[in-house]
Amino acid sequence: MKVSIKLSNLYDDFRNPKTIEAYAKLIEKDAKIIDRDIGIMEVCGGHTHTIMKYGLPQLMPKNIHFVHGPGCPVCIMPKERIDHAYTLAMQPDVILVTLGDMIKVPGSNGSLQDARANGADVRFVYSPMDVLEIAKANPTKKVIFFAIGFETTTPMTAALLESVIKQKIDNVLFHINHVTVPEVMTTLMIDGENRPVENKIDAFLGPSHVSVIAGSAIYEPFASIYKRPVVVSGFEPVDVMQSIHMILRQIIEGRSEVEVEYKRAVSKNGNEKAQGLIEKYFEKAPFFSWRGLGKVEKSSWKLRDEFSMYDAEKIYSEILPTKECQDHKLCRCGDILKGLATPPDCTIFGTLCKPSNPTGSCMVSSEGACAAYYKYGNIK
Amino acid sequence: MKTITLAHGNGGYESKELVEKLFYSSFSNSILNNSEDAALIEDGKLAFTTDSFTVSPLSFAGGNIGKLAVCGTCNDLAMMGAKPKYLSVAFMIEEGFSIDELKNIIKSMHDELIKNDAMVVCGDTKVVPKGNVDKLFINTTGIGEIYYSGISASHLKEGMAILVSRDIGAHGAVIFAAREGMALSSELKTDCASLYPQVKALVDASIPIVAMRDATRGGLAAVLNEWAVSSGVAIEIDEASIPISDEVKGICELLGFEATALANEGTFVVAVPATETKKTLEILKQTNENAAIIGMVSSTYKGKVVLKSAWGTQRFLELPTGELLPRIC
Repeated sequence: MKVSIKLSNLYDDFRNPKTIEAYAKLIEKDAKIIDRDIGIMEVCGGHTHTIMKYGLPQLMPKNIHFVHGPGCPVCIMPKERIDHAYTLAMQPDVILVTLGDMIKVPGSNGSLQDARANGADVRFVYSPMDVLEIAKANPTKKVIFFAIGFETTTPMTAALLESVIKQKIDNVLFHINHVTVPEVMTTLMIDGENRPVENKIDAFLGPSHVSVIAGSAIYEPFASIYKRPVVVSGFEPVDVMQSIHMILRQIIEGRSEVEVEYKRAVSKNGNEKAQGLIEKYFEKAPFFSWRGLGKVEKSSWKLRDEFSMYDAEKIYSEILPTKECQDHKLCRCGDILKGLATPPDCTIFGTLCKPSNPTGSCMVSSEGACAAYYKYGNIK
Repeated sequence: MKTITLAHGNGGYESKELVEKLFYSSFSNSILNNSEDAALIEDGKLAFTTDSFTVSPLSFAGGNIGKLAVCGTCNDLAMMGAKPKYLSVAFMIEEGFSIDELKNIIKSMHDELIKNDAMVVCGDTKVVPKGNVDKLFINTTGIGEIYYSGISASHLKEGMAILVSRDIGAHGAVIFAAREGMALSSELKTDCASLYPQVKALVDASIPIVAMRDATRGGLAAVLNEWAVSSGVAIEIDEASIPISDEVKGICELLGFEATALANEGTFVVAVPATETKKTLEILKQTNENAAIIGMVSSTYKGKVVLKSAWGTQRFLELPTGELLPRIC
């Protein structure tokens, strides 16, 4: 028997208007019982995008608020790192390769898009494995992969390095900017001296794809220590609505647990093969400077010492700028990434700072809160 | 704006900024300033337009750069209610380009000219050293004779219906899939086609066309936004009614695009009085059964396009901005 399935079969039910409306009713009922303001942080930029694209805030009762989190790999990239990319791209005989939106983020000299307009060879790929083809087609050039992303994309970079080694390709280098979710979530709960920090977060909507790799167990401390319900949610509107309902149920029943709504892809321990690949090639860096959030200890990966011959940051260390850069004085990306402000609270949102000419990084990526508000969120 | 970036060529916000700030301010005159698909000259008797074509890869599922070059210019004329008549063609060819490939491209141009009952009456050829152009660039300029006048982006009024001639985004999706090296097991082809026969069918059936535009770069979103601004009205679109093929939806899902921002090369949007909606749809369906009524003109948010979801939420459909880039994760 031949069974054919269409891609739409995979998501149609998760965008079903009747199901969305049914959850809206359940949420409204529970919100009345709770009868106080509830802030739910969606950690991941993919969720921010879903929430704004499908207009979900319009379906929420008055006392349920979305608080946008720090989980957009482009938004949290500090200018220093973009300056690294720009400098590398402008080297003769270098092809700089990165993922999607990254080429639009402004550094102190401009974005990678500007570098390209100034003659640099900058390319974006959908799959990091495409770097192999670029390297083979350009044997006289150094191909530098500017690797970005959370737990989701880290195994792909590791797999690329594994292939580079196996295939003995000698013109691929890496500039690693892979960051991890739990450490930065912790900084939203406590400061460096273990004191609780001010926030508007009563519960977390857990990331989808990060959790596929890392497993839902990574959020246990947020439920057990910080008493915040966590529901790992899928990326479709029905997923988010169901997850909000699950969070409200936990609050009503006085529970704070890690639950998984995105059961079709997430297990407690995650993808252990992918985790093994990460461990094989990477180790934790002492700290990463998150844009707007500052230095967070052990929140990023670097290549293990035995692979330093592939590390562009080491090989080009003499020419890479080290100056720390300040963001625009009026830009509130930092507060937005911490969930302390929403994009309209920022005075330059939509005026000085627009997707066509972003000042802050949250306006760049389609997963950034400011870009999502600008694009979708301006109907009151 | 200090240097030109690829975003200036996306047909969205940045292109508009470049054209308005640089070109319109220098070349300004009463004909150009109408900023229609084709200029109306000789007291509105003739339509006149030009377009340059560069596409990578040169051939793709359902067409090639030659077919695009004839369709593009003829469609710009057709969208003004003109019958395409005379074209000029200029080729810029990179040294080393295959004559066989050029023959194929010319043949496609010839076939498309026949569909439009138009002819190439002058031309130019330049060959440049290797590396100075990417294989082949083509420019076409066209003159058409107006047989239906009064079509304008600024004549939309509250209550009018908005229709689209077929499912959207096929051309943009095919090109992206080809560039990304995505192996598609489907039959997805570019929508690239000459629109004159369809427009003629509408005019022959006495449909009072108010506005009409082919949704090329910038896609459906760009056309609707231009109309909303030019006419000072709101355009309300039912998201679920926009025809999008499963293949295009799939590519958008994979790459994180919105079909409304993808380019089309043989798909047009038309605005008609509400009373003519049914008849217009019937005629459009004779060419493509996916033609659909997608929304109406209102006065809620003037100058804006409002997308309404099936579950009662709404958002603005903005002019596409920036280069189309795949999402990260």
